[in-house]
Amino acid sequence: MTRVGAFLVIAIVSAAIFAPLLVPFDPAVQQLALRLEGPTGAHWFGLDELGRDILSRVLLGARVSLLVGLVVVGVSSTLGMAMGAVAGYYGGRVDQVISRVMDVLLAFPGLLLAIALVAVLGPSLVNVVLALTVIGWVGYARLVRGQVLRAREFEYVMAARALGAGTWRILTRHVLPTALPAVTVQATLGMAGAILSEAALSFLGLGVQPPTPSWGTMINGGRAHLLDAPHLTVFPGVFLALVVLGFNFLGDGLRDQLDPKIAKPSRGV
Amino acid sequence: MALVEVRHLVKHFERGGGFLRAKSVVRAVDDISFSIEAGETYGLVGESGSGKSTTGRCMLRLIEPTSGEMRFRGEDVLSFDRSRLRAARRDMQMVFQDPYSSLNPRMKARDIVEEPLIIHRIGDRAERRDKVAELFRLVGLDPAHLLRYPHEFSGGQRQRIGLARALALNPSFVIADEPVSALDVSIQAQVINLLLDLQERLELTYLFIAHDLRLVRHICRRMSVMYLGKIVESGDSASIFAHPQHPYTRALLSAIPVTDPDAPRQRIELDANLVNRDAPLRELAPGHFAAV
Repeated sequence: MTRVGAFLVIAIVSAAIFAPLLVPFDPAVQQLALRLEGPTGAHWFGLDELGRDILSRVLLGARVSLLVGLVVVGVSSTLGMAMGAVAGYYGGRVDQVISRVMDVLLAFPGLLLAIALVAVLGPSLVNVVLALTVIGWVGYARLVRGQVLRAREFEYVMAARALGAGTWRILTRHVLPTALPAVTVQATLGMAGAILSEAALSFLGLGVQPPTPSWGTMINGGRAHLLDAPHLTVFPGVFLALVVLGFNFLGDGLRDQLDPKIAKPSRGV
Repeated sequence: MALVEVRHLVKHFERGGGFLRAKSVVRAVDDISFSIEAGETYGLVGESGSGKSTTGRCMLRLIEPTSGEMRFRGEDVLSFDRSRLRAARRDMQMVFQDPYSSLNPRMKARDIVEEPLIIHRIGDRAERRDKVAELFRLVGLDPAHLLRYPHEFSGGQRQRIGLARALALNPSFVIADEPVSALDVSIQAQVINLLLDLQERLELTYLFIAHDLRLVRHICRRMSVMYLGKIVESGDSASIFAHPQHPYTRALLSAIPVTDPDAPRQRIELDANLVNRDAPLRELAPGHFAAV
């Protein structure tokens, strides 16, 4: 399953990277005479409601999805690790403040909060990333805080303090590395979540603005033609499902491999 | 003058204090005093939870004590600011109990021993590497194993790595917190002998924290017995072992296993009602104090 996930992720990531070379047609060019035409030899995935090549738009849409996923996961995991580390290591009032902020954010349904934020900030790709990050860091912070609370009591952390190591060194060398496997798993699963959320926001018209192709906006565009031209919705939908499935498989596989309870024991006592 | 002097050291932990629950205070270390002469091995014994490890950690300020003094070469370590404390750590080190949890499993043995040198910016990379190899030989490890990870060493070897790390900064005072209690008996003697050998060669002063009384009698000339956060008896080890005065010390001594199965033995159970927790330490014989 991990391999299937890895294969899907690698395939779609390479498709996104090489999209400008792979696209058979300019995704913005409209052939109105051929609008809503189904898959043909020339247009493998058919044409959309404005006569644009769907294959080209799906390939370029992958770039938006993966970019949003990467940036959201990158920023929220970095922010989350920093907040979680500070809360867990210092404890006391700092921890109280950070934990309460996390509780408040967790009390909102994530996507609803994102919709509200984007509605206030105005629909754009940057604001989608911003909104998803505001919600996304909490998961990493909670995870890291728990790991740091545990690691803080390790004798080797005590030993590092006895040697005179500063807080930065202790956190980066001794404490955070113990949290890294869990964060990696969370980040992989988080990619799937972020991509899905971006598609949802774009579907609602709050994300990527036309004419930039995004899977969410493409599915929305196909909504009116669901019965007479289902290929408008099916192709971006299938790719969205595949990439989310790929990241979820990969994340689950990584979790199984990094879980000490499942992994082979590495030390004989 | 004593090298180390602990005066009226107190550490209280607050517990609970949550919603609908009253705070309670645990007196982990409750006003203890003792002093350690340069070059000696001072024993601190007691059962789990008696506060002996907390005492050691408070002395190095790994835990901040509630009140009291910890004088090292006449200066109160507890009043040091961050940079003074950092500098002072070069002179006071600690060897930990658990050779498994005291070494970072993600670091190679060389990096573990090199870390204190990096922290205190000692030498360049090549000099540090030389020093690490030298420390490896000093504690009886093969420098060929420098690049191994902790899990590739045995418990005794790991404790030697911990010792090499503690000695990297040439400290004069080392707190050994139950350094052998997690090791096999056959390995214990090797590590103890190494500690004693290094003490002689490097002129080290030890605070030896233990619950194994036989060990303490073997290596400490003077000792204190801790019970529920207080020192209940202190003085020359020989005198304490020959004439234990406090009921807790007597119970502790009677619990030492005897090698002769036929030897007459009487296990004394400690009757908590016999212990007056507020009794002050009194000098019952020259240099022998007990809280009775």
